[in-house]
Amino acid sequence: MAINVKVLERPMGEVSYVRATLKGLAHTFKHLIDPHKVTVQYPEEKWPISPRWRGTHRMLTDENGKAKCVACGLCPTICPSNCIKLVPGEDENGNRYPLIFEIDEFRCIFCGYCQEVCPEEAIHVGRHYENAEYSREGFVYDLERLTAQTHPVSELWDPADPKGE
Amino acid sequence: MTSLLPLSLALFQDVAYEHLPPSSVSVFLVWTIIKLILFFTIYMIAAALGTLAERKISAWIQDRHGPNRVGPHGLLQPAADGLKNLMKEESLPGQVNKPLFIMAPAMSFIPALMVWAVIPFGAPMHTRWGRLDWVLADLPVGFLFILAIASLGVYGIVLAGWASNNKYSLLGGLRSSAQMVSYEISMGMSLIPVLLLAGNVTLSAVVIQQARMGVWNALALTISFFIFMVSSFAETNRLPFDLPEAESELIAGYHSEYSAMKFSLFFIAEYCNMFTASAMIATLFFGGWHLPFTNDYLPGGVPVWMSLLSVVWFFAKILFFVFFFMWIRWTLPRFRYDQLMSLGWKIFLPLALAYIVIVASAVLALDYFGVPRDWRFGLAMFAMNVVLAVLVFVVLDRGRVISPASTRVRLEEVQRMRQMSRRRALGQADLSRGAGD
Repeated sequence: MAINVKVLERPMGEVSYVRATLKGLAHTFKHLIDPHKVTVQYPEEKWPISPRWRGTHRMLTDENGKAKCVACGLCPTICPSNCIKLVPGEDENGNRYPLIFEIDEFRCIFCGYCQEVCPEEAIHVGRHYENAEYSREGFVYDLERLTAQTHPVSELWDPADPKGE
Repeated sequence: MTSLLPLSLALFQDVAYEHLPPSSVSVFLVWTIIKLILFFTIYMIAAALGTLAERKISAWIQDRHGPNRVGPHGLLQPAADGLKNLMKEESLPGQVNKPLFIMAPAMSFIPALMVWAVIPFGAPMHTRWGRLDWVLADLPVGFLFILAIASLGVYGIVLAGWASNNKYSLLGGLRSSAQMVSYEISMGMSLIPVLLLAGNVTLSAVVIQQARMGVWNALALTISFFIFMVSSFAETNRLPFDLPEAESELIAGYHSEYSAMKFSLFFIAEYCNMFTASAMIATLFFGGWHLPFTNDYLPGGVPVWMSLLSVVWFFAKILFFVFFFMWIRWTLPRFRYDQLMSLGWKIFLPLALAYIVIVASAVLALDYFGVPRDWRFGLAMFAMNVVLAVLVFVVLDRGRVISPASTRVRLEEVQRMRQMSRRRALGQADLSRGAGD
């Protein structure tokens, strides 16, 4: 036997390979017939996600169905991955609104700063994660698509209730 | 001398099966073709479903569901896998030896199929066309044929390893041949007690002998059974002896370079080997097709329904052992290479040899005292076996650590080795400290 092989101390009078094998077989058989399985059958059943889950964005709208965004420019400023494109416009009453508002979900790191910084509570990250696309262009969500999202938005972290209870 | 050895030729003939030829050549031909198509179709489908069973059983043992998307409960998964493998690109790496590389999968697949031909699947049928038996080729040398062909399967693996021109593949092939050589011997030796009881090398004769004695060879010759079973695990390269393809060390061993259908063929060959080994275990040690408490082994054959029942019974046994192969696979971890070798050479070979001597003496003694070869003989063998099994599995097995699988390690020896490694570790620590300063 090689000298450097690690040798563990075993109770020599008690070890037996055959009996250990039988014990192992009994154990695996118990699992074999155990009807409880841990797999989550994904498309049919899903794990519940946290209320603070930060996923696909959503733009909230006012009662007229218009985006709440006032094109203040805070979200593209704070965005660490520079994924928000905002071109502001102004109507005849002097109200600012976004001419172009695009979020590249592919660049986004889902930090949620845009939601935190938004003064109008317009842009939100949402409790949603299934946003696969066939092309990279498909990940650039424009204003129309952002307002059309219906999934619940994520809750902000509350310092008074750090665990979200 | 002859008075001392009452083993006469007549005795062998008594134990052996009376071969009554079927009534006519045409019936024989038609029946053989039917059997050929039937058995090899069953075999291939069973091997395909075996892959599904393996995945299902592994999943259940690991508390998962396993494949369940293709067809009801994933039953069409093998078809999907086969289709995938057919559609995939056949890659032929530049450095390989092309003829051998292409030949190797077939070389490992064909022997697995060939063994299937000599296994008797059921009690001979008594029909109006004469006696029809359920074996493709009831070779008089059934046993030797199996031993010879089963070990040919290693050529495919060695050739694959060599032709791939890749260090991991070559190591896999090397391991496979070493493993095969070591376990082939104990496998053959473990079968000799079976032959001693049957007095014949035809597989049907072994089945009939077990039926006559009323006790399965697994109960009369447990140690033989144990050695044979472990050796067949090694021969089929199944865990815990799947060293030729050990993923963690050799990527995939001998089939690292293979893709698509050629890889698939190795895979199917493994399952075919498993089915064949299960059929062998069932025939040699678990009574084969013999239905318990019936006289279906008498010459002349049995009614058709009984014969079919015996085929079903035999397949049930095969399926159980296939399940057992999988069960073991998902229970035991892989052996280390030196453990494998020392288990084969230092434990199984002497054990098998000693067992041959013991069984031969017992058979000789029982014959000398005129014990007839029926249930009394079986009972005597069973009684002897209980004693020996307790001796081997309880007394000898105890205190045998797995690490050097062959030898008992004394406590002082362990302490010496620990001290040595501690001293070595200390020395290295000193060295590194010196370098750091």
